[in-house]
Amino acid sequence: MVRLPYTTALTTLFSYGLLFVFGQLRDFFRKLLGWIRKPKDQLKGYAPICLGLEDFYVRRLYLRIQDCFGRPIASAPDSWFDVVERCSNDNNKTLHRTEKTSRCLNLGSYNYLGFAAADEYCTPRVIQSLKEYSASTCSTRVEGGTTKLHVELEELVARFVGKEAAILFGMGYVTNSALIPCIIGKGGLIISDSLNHNSIVNGARGSGATVRVFQHNTPSHLEEVLREQIAEGQPRTHRPWKKIIVIVEGIYSMEGELCKLPEIIAVCKKYKAYTYLDEAHSIGAVGKSGRGVCELLGVDPADVDIMMGTFTKSFGSCGGYIAASKEIIQYLKFSCPAHLYATSMSPPAVQQVISAIKVILGEDGSSRGAQKLARIRENSNFFRSELQKMGFEVLGDNDSPVMPIMLYNPAKIPAFSRECLRQNVAVVTVAFPATPLLLARARICISASHTREDLIKALEVISKVGDLIGVKYFPAEPPKHLNQGHNKLE
Amino acid sequence: MALAMVNVTASVLDWASSYFDAPTRAVVFGVPIDGHLVVEALLVVVILFQLTRKSYKPPKKPLTEKEIDELCDDWVPEPLTPQITEDMTYEPPTLESAAGPHAIVNGKEVVNFASANYLGLVGNEKITDSCVGALEKYGVGSCGPRGFYGTIDVHLDCEQKIAKFLGTPDSILYSYGISTIFSVIPAFCKKGDIIVADEGVHWAVQNGLYLSRSTVVYFKHNDMKSLENKLEEVTRRSKHPEKVRRYIVVEAIYQNSGQIAPLDEIVRLKEKYRFRIILDESHSFGVLGNSGRGLADHCGVPIEKIDIITAGMGNALATDGGFCTGSVRVVDHQRLSSSGYVFSASLPPYLASAAIAAVDYLEENPSVLSKLRTNIATLFNELSDVPGLVLASHILSPIVFLKLKKSTGTGKTDIDLLDSIAKQALEEDSVLIATTKRSSLDKCKLPIGLRLFVSASHSESDLLKAAASLKRVAALVIS
Repeated sequence: MVRLPYTTALTTLFSYGLLFVFGQLRDFFRKLLGWIRKPKDQLKGYAPICLGLEDFYVRRLYLRIQDCFGRPIASAPDSWFDVVERCSNDNNKTLHRTEKTSRCLNLGSYNYLGFAAADEYCTPRVIQSLKEYSASTCSTRVEGGTTKLHVELEELVARFVGKEAAILFGMGYVTNSALIPCIIGKGGLIISDSLNHNSIVNGARGSGATVRVFQHNTPSHLEEVLREQIAEGQPRTHRPWKKIIVIVEGIYSMEGELCKLPEIIAVCKKYKAYTYLDEAHSIGAVGKSGRGVCELLGVDPADVDIMMGTFTKSFGSCGGYIAASKEIIQYLKFSCPAHLYATSMSPPAVQQVISAIKVILGEDGSSRGAQKLARIRENSNFFRSELQKMGFEVLGDNDSPVMPIMLYNPAKIPAFSRECLRQNVAVVTVAFPATPLLLARARICISASHTREDLIKALEVISKVGDLIGVKYFPAEPPKHLNQGHNKLE
Repeated sequence: MALAMVNVTASVLDWASSYFDAPTRAVVFGVPIDGHLVVEALLVVVILFQLTRKSYKPPKKPLTEKEIDELCDDWVPEPLTPQITEDMTYEPPTLESAAGPHAIVNGKEVVNFASANYLGLVGNEKITDSCVGALEKYGVGSCGPRGFYGTIDVHLDCEQKIAKFLGTPDSILYSYGISTIFSVIPAFCKKGDIIVADEGVHWAVQNGLYLSRSTVVYFKHNDMKSLENKLEEVTRRSKHPEKVRRYIVVEAIYQNSGQIAPLDEIVRLKEKYRFRIILDESHSFGVLGNSGRGLADHCGVPIEKIDIITAGMGNALATDGGFCTGSVRVVDHQRLSSSGYVFSASLPPYLASAAIAAVDYLEENPSVLSKLRTNIATLFNELSDVPGLVLASHILSPIVFLKLKKSTGTGKTDIDLLDSIAKQALEEDSVLIATTKRSSLDKCKLPIGLRLFVSASHSESDLLKAAASLKRVAALVIS
């Protein structure tokens, strides 16, 4: 949990207050000038796309630090990549690409097992499938878009995750938002974690069911909410709920925490609620053989009703899957709109996932999969412990490859990002509205393709920048030699 | 007895009235105290007393722990999904080759009318080469959302290419076809806004309309009179025209019926009533117009008059993903407030480079459009006399839509009939045709039917073969 010291909270609030006041002042002048200059004739009679207050945050706060977000790259998102430099001649309002690029260490892409760039086993097979099946099937799965590859991958995913059957979708976001309305509707109850991803929130809203939230990762509060809701029944009519689904994520991408899965499953079993586990960040990245949080925390996959995951993060491809029992998957193939109406997943992307899973399982005949899994675990634990020793406030559990470093003050966000980029380390900084207003952070994603030297360089740069900006909120341990006693894994 | 009662009441009344009519008893603070003032004072006291008493409410007894335990034990949830019935076990045909005009299903070569491969770009050499180059350089996935190092230079090139091709200031890429429209609509329409939409729009548009929480009014499918009536009604009832945003949502070619929207008429109505247009050109981009620029080109409407154009690239451009284009304000707004753009990983770079190659091909070979038009006309002609089925799509639409002349009675038997026609056509004549499948979540009420997607790379013999097969099978099944 985040412990926010009082002085930091006060200074952060003061900074935001100042930005707000200046923003309002500039808006006042903008309105004044708007009266003086006549509005264009075409727009007369039309309401503006955004009324004044709706995009205040964007115009006055976000645009100042716009260069920290959306940085284009000119190579594969591997451990080192080329970041394109951008310039602005109107004070950050618009940014233009230049021809120059700089080679930076990548600490921001979701490349947990290092499949992002061309891989010696996967890429030849992907190119082969591209020549055989072409880039797209131009058709939905039920009409003419199911190829042999799709059928093979569904069986492989089901086997990998440990469930009976699986179904594929072309995009992770659509998997959640088109699936939840299929399995629950009006008269049902969805209880979701307070920090769930936007796709789950959209899916829950689109289903028409009642949505309740429980405190992040707190099984006791979940139990309280369940008891209260089952006793109360539906709002106003008090009829009993048709069904209850509890939605949690494996690794929360903004906190780096693992979900307390065994306790939550126990609570759900006791109260007969269904569980839905979103493993977007944890599948392939945690667990002894990469099978996700279920393996890591010792939960039997048969206890979770629906397991969802994406292929974007650990498998270097695109798309998502749902794994569940045969009946559920059969029903989804019949009624899920994303299966009936959306273009099927691109065949080369399917082949990439098939090859990646084969590498992870060791079925390609080498031990690269096991090496990658061991390396990402070692890298994450090493990086996290070193950062904590330096005095940074780092969130997240051990073994999780996502580690947010707390920044808090709005001015430190662009300072950290730009200073690190100047020293050729690319980091991701996240602020409101993806996180609460006072809790801005920099998020590091470790990959299995980072070598020990890469991590040491990153640590040096971050330490220097941290000292410059003042984000080492905790006392540091006395410095030790970082190279001492660690052997490089090949 | 009665007399005595009367006497008693009379004497009581006399006594009471003597008190009331008595002369002034006292003068307190200059106010003479009459008898009736006593009664009024008493009345006031009684009223105050009643007001200050708490009204009777039955005491609230919260449920005890034991009672909650009992309720939780008694509660039985429904199963997560309903019972699997016979029609839910449909297995689609599995392709063993690329989805070109000829594909291999179950070891046999079939003529493929189920892929929306309008320009015949599936399997095109140039596109495959550009994909291979992109795969070797960038790998497959982009490993991040657009805001966090997921923006690759091919994405920016693709956006500029599409904007230049259409003649609009800017465009934005999405990573999946159907997520485009259901992310764009909630980004622009919020609670309190008014949307007038066609009742035949497909599920993704309906989902976007639902998520936007605006007031949605539907007009009859492709009926301009109905649209004008609804616009008139909505404008009359609208209270704050300066603060409420109003949109008309239509598709260029409706995938549920194959009709084409009359854009010039819609633009005239939009300007009269001050609405904005959101146009979904998934099936008309690269198909309609002299140069393939879509419905605006086809109807001769200047592209600036259409506020927001969205399209999925999984059809004519033979790649995946989608784009949205419009003025700079429209596009910039989506970069921060469109959920499918901000919270999702970006389009794989090889698909973006395939899109660039496809648009290049279209610019260099506009003759492919006339080939497509000839094919559509031929097939339309041939299918005008299929027994039991009637053509329901527009004569220029690449989606040739056949619906049943007479419904069999229930929706389920209609679906079974059409499925058996498609199955027999595939097994006996090796022609792959698609029937429309409706999800239980879809609110569209238009009739279902058979859909044939015509491609520019179909040869004349393919078209004749499909028409002959349909006529034969339909005659057998519908009789």
